[in-house]
Amino acid sequence: MKPAPFAYHIASTADAAAAALARAEGRAKPMAGGQSLGPMLNLRLARPELLVDLSNTPDLQGAQVEDDAIVYGACVTHAQIEDCVVPDPTPGWLSAAARHIAYRAVRNRGTIGGSLAHADPAADWVNIMMALGSSVLVAGPGGARAIAASQFMTGSYTTALAPDEIIAGLRILRRTPDARWGYWKFCRKAGDFAQASASVLVDAQRGDICILIGAIETTPAFLSDPEEILAGRRSIRDAVAQALPGRGDEGLGLHVAAVTRALAIARGERD
Amino acid sequence: MSIVKTAQGVGASLPRLEDDRLLRGRGRFIADIKLPGMLDVAFVRSPVAHARVRSVAKPGQMAGSVFVSADLVGVSGIRADSGLPGFKSSVEPILAWDKVRFVGEPLAACVAGSRAEAEDIADLVMLELDELPAISEMTRACDADAPLVHEGWSENVFLETFVETNFAVAEKADLKVSRVLRTARQHMAPMEGRGVVAYWDAHVEQLVVYSSTQMPHIVRNGLAECLGCPQGMIRVVAPDVGGGFGYKGILLREEVCLAYLAMHLKRPMRWIEDRREQLTGNANCREHHYEITGYANRDGTLVAVDCEAIVDSGAYSLYPFSACLEAAQIASILPGPYSFAGYRCHTRSIASNKPPILPYRGVARTGVCFAMEVLMDLLAREIGMDPVAFRMKNLAQPEEMPFTNITNKFFDSGDYPESLRRCVAAIDLEGVRARQLAGEPDGRRIGVGFSVYCEQGAHGTSVYSGWGIPMVPGFEQANARLTPDGGLELRVGVQSHGQSLETTLAQVACEVLGIDPHKVKVVHGDTAITPYSTGTWGSRCMVMAGGAVAAACDVLAERVRAIAAHLLQADPADIVLGDGKATCGAGEISFQDVAKVWYRRPQDLPAHVDPAGLEVTQGYKPLRDSGTFSYASHAAVVAVDPATGGIEILDYAIVEDGGVLVNPMVVDGQIYGGAAQGIGTALYEEMLYNKEGQPLAATLADYHLPGAVEMPNIKLEHMETPSPLSRFGQKGLGEGGAIGPPAAIANAINDALASFGIEMLELPITPARVRASLANVKAQA
Repeated sequence: MKPAPFAYHIASTADAAAAALARAEGRAKPMAGGQSLGPMLNLRLARPELLVDLSNTPDLQGAQVEDDAIVYGACVTHAQIEDCVVPDPTPGWLSAAARHIAYRAVRNRGTIGGSLAHADPAADWVNIMMALGSSVLVAGPGGARAIAASQFMTGSYTTALAPDEIIAGLRILRRTPDARWGYWKFCRKAGDFAQASASVLVDAQRGDICILIGAIETTPAFLSDPEEILAGRRSIRDAVAQALPGRGDEGLGLHVAAVTRALAIARGERD
Repeated sequence: MSIVKTAQGVGASLPRLEDDRLLRGRGRFIADIKLPGMLDVAFVRSPVAHARVRSVAKPGQMAGSVFVSADLVGVSGIRADSGLPGFKSSVEPILAWDKVRFVGEPLAACVAGSRAEAEDIADLVMLELDELPAISEMTRACDADAPLVHEGWSENVFLETFVETNFAVAEKADLKVSRVLRTARQHMAPMEGRGVVAYWDAHVEQLVVYSSTQMPHIVRNGLAECLGCPQGMIRVVAPDVGGGFGYKGILLREEVCLAYLAMHLKRPMRWIEDRREQLTGNANCREHHYEITGYANRDGTLVAVDCEAIVDSGAYSLYPFSACLEAAQIASILPGPYSFAGYRCHTRSIASNKPPILPYRGVARTGVCFAMEVLMDLLAREIGMDPVAFRMKNLAQPEEMPFTNITNKFFDSGDYPESLRRCVAAIDLEGVRARQLAGEPDGRRIGVGFSVYCEQGAHGTSVYSGWGIPMVPGFEQANARLTPDGGLELRVGVQSHGQSLETTLAQVACEVLGIDPHKVKVVHGDTAITPYSTGTWGSRCMVMAGGAVAAACDVLAERVRAIAAHLLQADPADIVLGDGKATCGAGEISFQDVAKVWYRRPQDLPAHVDPAGLEVTQGYKPLRDSGTFSYASHAAVVAVDPATGGIEILDYAIVEDGGVLVNPMVVDGQIYGGAAQGIGTALYEEMLYNKEGQPLAATLADYHLPGAVEMPNIKLEHMETPSPLSRFGQKGLGEGGAIGPPAAIANAINDALASFGIEMLELPITPARVRASLANVKAQA
């Protein structure tokens, strides 16, 4: 379980990283915290010729405060969010979610940008960033661009990133305590990957309302007519069944439970 | 003879003497050993479960770094036969050459300056394999069209056993309950995997093999047999070992291979097992399948038990325990601590295209306890009796001790019903029942379950000679040497890898000799400097090595007393040993001064002193070596969420009788650790294989081990009924914690889900299995 040989480049800036990736013409991989790519390298499931290390790139660190949002550098770690070392644009929702990502050792190294780029369907940030309407800020030889989180992940482990692009940061909109939020996931044990997850956001001030289910083996899915579900006029099971066509009752149950519980949390009925 | 009792001897919760070294990171584990010029070895392993090997082609430019079976000239494969009639023999080739029989079987060894480079070379080795159909499901292994794992065998069965006693009584029973139960294949997951460092010591013309093993002397036996060289040419050393659990109670092919390469290349060789090798190539224990029927009368009498048990023993018979220990043990231990009249059990050890099995902590007992205790609950329900009352009625009673059960197991002592009574109190059964009636505000269902088991430990010659396997424990020996400065060195052939023997054996010496345990150095894990021993397994060390240390210290005490009496001009019978000195009235002399006279001022010795001096090797075996019987009752309270299948252990209680506890704190640790593994067996751990025999969990993200969060706060109580068989009344108990949990937890879950009409009979009981059962019931409704 040792990686195949690779060349190693420490990127000093986001643009330099993208340039190094461009030169390698698809035979390179960027690495931030290495919590997913590291094991894949060790198992020789990933065999890049060049590894571009982003973990010491200054312009990918920290947070920038904007009027309406906070921009996290791609290499902000889960632990920094958990510990509120970077400001939380929400009333503590991100910090609370970060606390339940994997284990502390993983959170110390793993990054929010890395998690989105890896695009594991069961990952927490994939679900939460979509639900919160965040934007993924991308750097590349073609220039910077922003992609809506809901457009970023294109499927299981695939994203809208070009091979020579990297995530530079995430713009996360501010939310006030008036907004209601619920996130619930089901794991077999603490720190495990989720087998079902659901986000519920009701932000009257911004007019945002959504219910999103994750850990569905592809990009998380928004349930249709969330207002009707919230009002109790549309059955959760029907909505989940519509979002997950072709799955039997047994396959839906866990996702229904996730939505039910995320809704209860958003309503303040459970922790 | 008299000894002054100290607060550090038998019965003291002395802090572990090895902790300072281990907790400060100063232990030396196999991967910490670095030798000049050392090369790393990576194995090319079979990617398929069953195939004929057409060729293993070395890469041209690297051919000198790759070794295949034909290169290991004069090396024999590993054979571990049982003497039981009908046993079919298999030979594990050191490197496979004609066939591969499971995914992960080694085909070639690649040698380089680092493991990464060795893996690069391994990538270049070309395999030509003609894949064959595989056996991955034991219940299909004897189908007419089943492929044979070993050609020449009539069917895929290592061994069949059959026992029957007075089974005709079953006919007259009022009722019966039959079920099929199953336990998953697991892997033992010690924190440190296996590993070997081997080098040729030209100076003493000796092969030195460092191995992460529980049994260095047995490994030396096996190495000498496979390499065809005299034992004196081999030294096996176990450094600090980071967990064993049975996983390291084996002669490894990798040990033989590295030994050969080190001898012939004259370079130190290292192989460190990685987690993928451990998970995919060596998931090797606990896969049982039971068809069990219990017969009972309406008055709550258990009448008879009938069982068809099969165990997936994997592809080969492993050295030294063989492929049949697990299944054949089922037949003898299934009745456990219950008294009943009729019994029948048929067992088969199945050969399959999976890694061969090893005895894991608890060995067959964990599966047997699950089958028997779930059956007890179901019988109680059928009778309409409380499961605790049903157990109470049928357990061996204290006045029957020593009790011989229906399979002639000799229960040396104890009060089984009392442990259950105390367990019922500890778990607050009444309170749980009240809560159950009230219902949970969050919709979860509460259930409570119990299990009772016994743990035969330190069983010796009389038991193992019957198995006829390559290893039969006899007398256990210890060497005790008073050093010239008055300290004590103990040399034992067992190996300590979490058992705390560096502490507890020192406590035994303290008890017998009256010496401060901090002045005792326990030396273990090295064939060159310790007496022969079968090693650490079967909950045997505290009884056997503890007994041997006591026996050696008895003799040493006599010799110290004789010299001290001479120096104090007293009668040896009047000498009292304690606190590191010999005392007679007002006169006293320290052990240091006694030792000084023997070693450095022999002119002061008495005229007829024992010339053997202050060094003693003494052997020990209990008068009756059928084993000590520790036992326990476990109780679990669980909450099951019908919406998700999620299971939470709300409360857990254990009332254990391990006889006289040499170090209660160490015992607590053993029980907590065992219980964690039992919880893994109950709820988490499962190595699935697809029908082609491919393992489906290659990392710990897929193979679920319980973590700290999943461990309940266990309420642990002790009873201390002394064993009449052992030196201090101590009993072997290292495995027990792992035996009780699956049964207690399964019974609790089945109690919680009883209103749905659901029984969970397959381990692990996962949320997905609970959801599937609920959906199944709903579909039928």
